[in-house]
Amino acid sequence: MSVTSEEPRGRQIPDRLTSPLRKALSSWELLLFGVAVAIFIANSFASPWFLDPWNLSDASFNFTEKALIAFAMAMLIIAGDIDLSVASIIALTSTMMGLAMMAGAPMPVLVLVGLVTGLVCGAFNGLLVAGFGLPSIVVTIGTMSLFRGISYIVLGDGAFTGYPASFAYFGQGYVWWVITFELFLFALFAVIFGVLLHKTSFGRAVYAIGNNATAARFSGIRVNRIRFILFLQTGLMSGIAAICLTSRLGSTRPSIATGFELEVVTMVVLGGVSILGGSGSIPGVVIAALVMGLVTFGLGLLNVPGIVMSIIIGALLIGVIALPRLWSMWRR
Amino acid sequence: MQAELNGPGDGAPVLSLRGISKSFPGVRALNAVQLDLYPGQVTALVGENGAGKSTIVKILTGIYQPDEGTIAVRGAETRFPTAQAAGEAGVTAIHQETVLFDELTVAENIFIGHAPRGRFGLIDKRRMEREAAEILASIGADLSPRVRLRDLGIASKHLVAIARALSIDASVVIMDEPTAALSHKEIHELYDLVAKLKAQGKAILFISHKFDEIFRIADRWTVFRDGQFVGEGLMGEVDEGRLVQMMVGREVDQIYPKRPARIGAPALTVAGYSHPTEFEDITFTLHEGEILGFYGLVGAGRSEVMQALFGITRPSKGACRTGDGIRVIRSTAEAIDAGIVYVPEDRGRQGAVRGLPIFQNVTLPSLSRTSKSGFLRLAEEFTLAREYTQRLDLRAASLDQDLGLLSGGNQQKVVIAKWLATKPKVIILDEPTKGIDIGSKAAVHDFMSELAAEGLAVIMVSSEIPEVLGMSDRVIVMREGRIAAEFAGEMMTPENLVRAAAGIRERNAA
Amino acid sequence: MSLLKSRETVLGLAILLLLALIYSRFPGFVRPASLARVLTDTSPLIILALGQMAVILTKCIDLSMAANLALCGMVAGLMNMAGVPLPLILLAVIALGAALGAFNGILVWKLNIPSIVVTLGTMTIYRGIIFLLTDGRWINAHQMSAGFKAFPRTVYLGLPVMTWIMIVIVAGFAVLIYRTPLGRAFFAVGGNPHAAVYTGISVGRTQFWAFTLAGALAGLTGYLWVARYSVAYVDIAAGFELDVVAACVIGGIAIAGGAGSVAGAVMGALFLGIVKNALPVVGISPFWQMAISGTAILVAIAFNARGQGQQGRIILKKAEQRE
Repeated sequence: MSVTSEEPRGRQIPDRLTSPLRKALSSWELLLFGVAVAIFIANSFASPWFLDPWNLSDASFNFTEKALIAFAMAMLIIAGDIDLSVASIIALTSTMMGLAMMAGAPMPVLVLVGLVTGLVCGAFNGLLVAGFGLPSIVVTIGTMSLFRGISYIVLGDGAFTGYPASFAYFGQGYVWWVITFELFLFALFAVIFGVLLHKTSFGRAVYAIGNNATAARFSGIRVNRIRFILFLQTGLMSGIAAICLTSRLGSTRPSIATGFELEVVTMVVLGGVSILGGSGSIPGVVIAALVMGLVTFGLGLLNVPGIVMSIIIGALLIGVIALPRLWSMWRR
Repeated sequence: MQAELNGPGDGAPVLSLRGISKSFPGVRALNAVQLDLYPGQVTALVGENGAGKSTIVKILTGIYQPDEGTIAVRGAETRFPTAQAAGEAGVTAIHQETVLFDELTVAENIFIGHAPRGRFGLIDKRRMEREAAEILASIGADLSPRVRLRDLGIASKHLVAIARALSIDASVVIMDEPTAALSHKEIHELYDLVAKLKAQGKAILFISHKFDEIFRIADRWTVFRDGQFVGEGLMGEVDEGRLVQMMVGREVDQIYPKRPARIGAPALTVAGYSHPTEFEDITFTLHEGEILGFYGLVGAGRSEVMQALFGITRPSKGACRTGDGIRVIRSTAEAIDAGIVYVPEDRGRQGAVRGLPIFQNVTLPSLSRTSKSGFLRLAEEFTLAREYTQRLDLRAASLDQDLGLLSGGNQQKVVIAKWLATKPKVIILDEPTKGIDIGSKAAVHDFMSELAAEGLAVIMVSSEIPEVLGMSDRVIVMREGRIAAEFAGEMMTPENLVRAAAGIRERNAA
Repeated sequence: MSLLKSRETVLGLAILLLLALIYSRFPGFVRPASLARVLTDTSPLIILALGQMAVILTKCIDLSMAANLALCGMVAGLMNMAGVPLPLILLAVIALGAALGAFNGILVWKLNIPSIVVTLGTMTIYRGIIFLLTDGRWINAHQMSAGFKAFPRTVYLGLPVMTWIMIVIVAGFAVLIYRTPLGRAFFAVGGNPHAAVYTGISVGRTQFWAFTLAGALAGLTGYLWVARYSVAYVDIAAGFELDVVAACVIGGIAIAGGAGSVAGAVMGALFLGIVKNALPVVGISPFWQMAISGTAILVAIAFNARGQGQQGRIILKKAEQRE
């Protein structure tokens, strides 16, 4: 037909209009980074003890374990699912390691038990969600009760203590100077997950699923397999976090890590990941972890009690989403 | 072009819009349009996609507020700030998809938003059910008002939607593509209903893409193009060509650029494909360079067969043969490996990944080729995306633009580009031109011919007879999940297709 | 219709089976007086489950209900210590609860923030406010007036007032859900938000009212809870929001919105209540309760999902007949 043939076929479309650098400069991550720097400066004025490297290193414990889970959770949320059972996976993993310890298992076996328990919990969630097509939010509310419930059955109001000295390294050891083993893990997994999400075809598939799972399936992506792997991955990271936390505390109680899921989700959302799926980045989550760590540490130095900090975390969660929306409403 | 408006059942318009404009960020959806609806008459609103039809419906039903312009009901200027207000002013709409509530009963669906109230302001259930039964009886629907909607079929749901429209003592009824999801028989029942509504003196705004339908039931026409009012008049004073010309804004000559094809070796042979509930004993052969049309009524099972060939659903019986052997395709990945790709009908849900940039949409099924041991290579991706979007003459600002920002026609081009980039042997196009503007339509047709000429085997599922006849080398007609007939050459006539699709036996040229 | 009915029937049978099992170990549990105690004990869960049901029907979720309850309970205790008369306290906690719910609702309605994010946030904020109000101090039984503590426990026609309040709320809620435009709107908004707009129902506003209603119920329950247990502190009813969601899920309220029944929600709560009360009686450690309710949630979701069944259309004639 004559309508289009008048114009030449094949006009050239530019790859990009804005350079990647300019995009990065107008990003959420940069804004968040600014916030982190501001808090850092404010903290260093607020307390003379803040800038001490050993203090900073000690303070890193308040976010490293959560951040390990947050990396996996970010991918899960980008793909359009959520896992509210992560804190309960920690409880169950810690309990299983405790049982193994009571049976006289050596340190490497404890670590193995921790990793396997995390994987099994993740596989269970993944099977129910991706295998049977059940909604992730209720499934993981259910497993949240179930996993921690098993810990309560095992432990009641008791506790496991007496982990071997070699086990203490994961939560208390230093890799080099003030760099703790947990901080090292944080950096390592930040890189691993950053590459996985942003530089591999697996990561691309995660974005595609989060934006339109049906179209992704119609494009030949094995959607349910990927969703299953994401749950598995979240379980594994929770297992690793459980090893670190148990090692740091040196004991296991069924109430261990209560409320972690809230802080993990907050970290992910603060990092710019859309709770509805489809967008977000690992650098954002890394910076969000630092922001939350700095806020908690700074308030701690000012002797603000923990529960007030949780108010601030809660307000932060709502605020970071609400403010941009309020702002755009205001401008209209 | 504004004909003097005199005609059957003449009178003042019950509803009239003047100078209505509406803008969205970046788009001027309506630009000073007008529309008049007369009691006891059907006004057909025609225009291409993007002409502003759905925007005007949303303004009429109080979903959108116009930026400029006036709405007058029986000469008195008014506003519809909410859907409620539009309903109270007597405007009601029956929508494209029968949009109602599965968990509520028939009576509740009919009366939601304006249920009769009894003591303490509570809903008077008994009265509501009685009145619902009366309305249902008046349109000849044999439905219990107490049944939950989820237990009804699609046609019954449609009747409930119509009953709902009547329950609001409406003077204006808007029908937005009411026949799109209906079977042949149901469509005729709908025509009868329209006649009844006319007889009751209601003004009807009828939006449809089907010209035969418009000429059959409408009294007046109004044409919009690109958000502008083009003209209006009486149906008796216009013909199809004239309407199309106004819609498109230019004369349309040769629409179907079918080139003579060199039919080659079999590319895909399907034998006895069956599914427990959807289709049975589907057997056909598709050749290289051939365009094979699949015609049938909506719901004849054509898309279901295609999705089985593409590995979305698994057949219970049967097998197919592609270049590299006989097999049953069990997943989309296997289909892509076998060189079979599928451009789905439901572009928004199954085709386009809105939120991802254009180039990432194009490379999505080809990632194994553009990446190296699982790691992405953006340069390769851009190269691939550039090549195929250029071939399809895509209009976009840049390749890293969000796909969701493009028009429907351009999104469709990206979806097609995505599949061509996998270098398929068989491409299945399911209603490839549904809901896209005439310009893009022609580009898609053009391209389809070109592909076939290059030796690709093409299956085109279409419900538009001119398209099927204009583009196909051969046509298979499906009915109720089975192949009803196959036509080629001179036998490919509209009559044959319609008869086979509707199951009318050839009674020796009556 | 038959399907939804059967869902409640199955749940009813499950409860009967549970009672029969308990009866075989400990017949005394099934005595009327004992069952009445279970009913009273479960009243807070039932009331909150109804509020949560309204929220879930509209495609949202309220994780802040237990925190709301705790805050309102603390405020009731503080008002009591200040000598405010009981009727005024009741009005105040209902109003405060409604306001806290409305705050959730406003964020969901006006700013379009997903409800799970909003209520995860307000859940910690509301509990934090209790700390700010009290500096972490407890209000103990001896600090509460006798009338304040006695009201929910006063027995009237064989049942305590708390149970009667629950029964009145269930009845009122059923009328609201089934016989008022707002109640029907809850279903409409969750079942088909697009269509709801066309029928003149505002999705956001309906969600706002669901949150406000849930908040008001949580507020009232806050007083009942504090008065009954005669203690108020930051962590009362910690984690109770999960029990509430569990009750709804077990009761067959579809988490995707738009489907569910009052009877289902009540039975879901009763199921959990019976389990909780029966465990110590039959000699199982109460530490089993959490795992049991988790398992019950999973079983219930799996069961509900099966009910939803195939959505695909049936094209072949003979398959249609077979259906």
